[in-house]
Amino acid sequence: MTPLQIVFLFVAAFTLLSALLVVTRPNLVHASLWLIAALAGVAVLFVLLEAGFLAAVQVVIYIGAIAILIIFAVMLTRRVMSDSGPQVNRNWWGAALSALLIFGGLLGLFSQVPAVGSAFPAAIANADGLLEDLGRSLVDVNRYVLPFEVASVLLLAAMIGAIVIARPAAREEGEE
Amino acid sequence: MSDPFGQIGQFFLNLLTGLGVEAGLASFLLKVAGAAALATGCLFSTFFLIWAERKLLARLQDRLGPNRTGPFGMLQTIADFAKLVTKELIFPSGVDRPVFLLAPLLVVMSVVGIWAVVPFAPRFIASDVNVGVLYVVSVGSIGTLGIMLAGWSSNNKYALLGAFRTVAQLVSYEVPMVLVMLVPVMLSGSMGMVAIVEQQRSMWFVVLAPIAFILFYITSLAENGRAPFDLMEAESEIATGYNVEYSGLMFGMFFVAEFLHAFTIGALATTLFLGGWLGPGVDRYPLLGLVYFLGKSAVIWWSIIWVRMSLPRIRIDQMLALNWKFLTPLALGVVVVTAVADKVGPAGTLGRTVVQLVGNGVVLAFTLLALRAYAARLRNRPTLATPPAASTSLGAPAQ
Repeated sequence: MTPLQIVFLFVAAFTLLSALLVVTRPNLVHASLWLIAALAGVAVLFVLLEAGFLAAVQVVIYIGAIAILIIFAVMLTRRVMSDSGPQVNRNWWGAALSALLIFGGLLGLFSQVPAVGSAFPAAIANADGLLEDLGRSLVDVNRYVLPFEVASVLLLAAMIGAIVIARPAAREEGEE
Repeated sequence: MSDPFGQIGQFFLNLLTGLGVEAGLASFLLKVAGAAALATGCLFSTFFLIWAERKLLARLQDRLGPNRTGPFGMLQTIADFAKLVTKELIFPSGVDRPVFLLAPLLVVMSVVGIWAVVPFAPRFIASDVNVGVLYVVSVGSIGTLGIMLAGWSSNNKYALLGAFRTVAQLVSYEVPMVLVMLVPVMLSGSMGMVAIVEQQRSMWFVVLAPIAFILFYITSLAENGRAPFDLMEAESEIATGYNVEYSGLMFGMFFVAEFLHAFTIGALATTLFLGGWLGPGVDRYPLLGLVYFLGKSAVIWWSIIWVRMSLPRIRIDQMLALNWKFLTPLALGVVVVTAVADKVGPAGTLGRTVVQLVGNGVVLAFTLLALRAYAARLRNRPTLATPPAASTSLGAPAQ
């Protein structure tokens, strides 16, 4: 076994364990911390696959933004320090079903990737070129510019919605 | 002498393979050792940085500063460190122990991690990843998480308040900072730190994008949490803030992270805008690059201390208004100008440089006009009530 494989096995086991702990920890803040650990594990897997861009984006978006948002929401909404309520509600079967479906779908998708059969995937020859291609395809009219723009409009709408909700209904007080 | 750092690496690699270690494992071990050496070096340099900062602060305030322990008081930090190490680590009741322990680690990690992509000299960089700028942003965002967890796990309302302020500040100022970091990326056409430095051979980016440099400087100050942006640890308002329950070495780790971060800002500003290790004679003697790099970083670092000593803390509404109503629109304007100039011609052509400079001038003129109008509005705004005739309060007008 090469050092790379040992690191891979270790990180993969760590990611799976963290993912398991996300759903089993009773404390919500601890669960979100394990979620961060799982996401960081995925970022390390990206690094091992020489996808530095994806790893950095994974950390910026999932750990830097989404996880902090989750923690913030948890802290502001509930008394989590003493929280030991039930961990499942009556919709657990729906969550389990969708998780299974996604897992099956991903498995089916991966089985069609040619590299799955080979023992160890060869390093990509032109990684920088692929990255440039990704960037260009996001702004190319013939490719993904429409989904990209739709996603940004969606985010803008969410932001405006948040501002509307946060705004006081009438000008009760304040200088602005 | 053309590649001293490569030769050192080669020497150790030969040493390890000579001892019978397999080649792949040897290079892996060498990388681990290099990472450990860099991180340790950074942390040890804070011994010097803290002493130098205290000395500078003292001089700016017309004091002497630490001068008892060792020559010029240089051993003062080591004495302080020994004190911190021997102190008890206090865990207040109700503390979330694992999170409480994890938080200072994350904060230090986020600062030390940045040094992995900092190019000290030609061919002297821990890891020249092709997304270096993005890496800096992503590692920096982990620090926010650490401070937040510190505030939450302390089971103290002041700590939590400090953490909330921190998130409001760090997440907000990250927006214009990331935007202006795009400017050197667009000017150089790369996100790799070495490529960004190499592209500044003809002209430093601070000349081509002066507004972006100033914005980067201001937002970095806010990310560091130094005065005038030290709302997250306001002693007079929220009893120090997120680290109020920390003691001993765990408090020391927050302290070290803050002081190291100040120099890290200098290193990043040097790399992105001030030409990194570039300077006369650097191609013949790569070690000279290290001198240039550290010198330029030290100038920025010194100015940060100067600002820290000169400006009072701003209020939280002023902090947010400055970011969202002033810095972010300005950063967007600078990015648009740079993008337009990018379309005019390839890097280094006269047309592109002219468009870049004229665009920056126009943005600057508009900014100054807007600031002038804002100041005029502030001056002319109606006062709350007409003051009594014989007022003795400080805020009342003269008549």
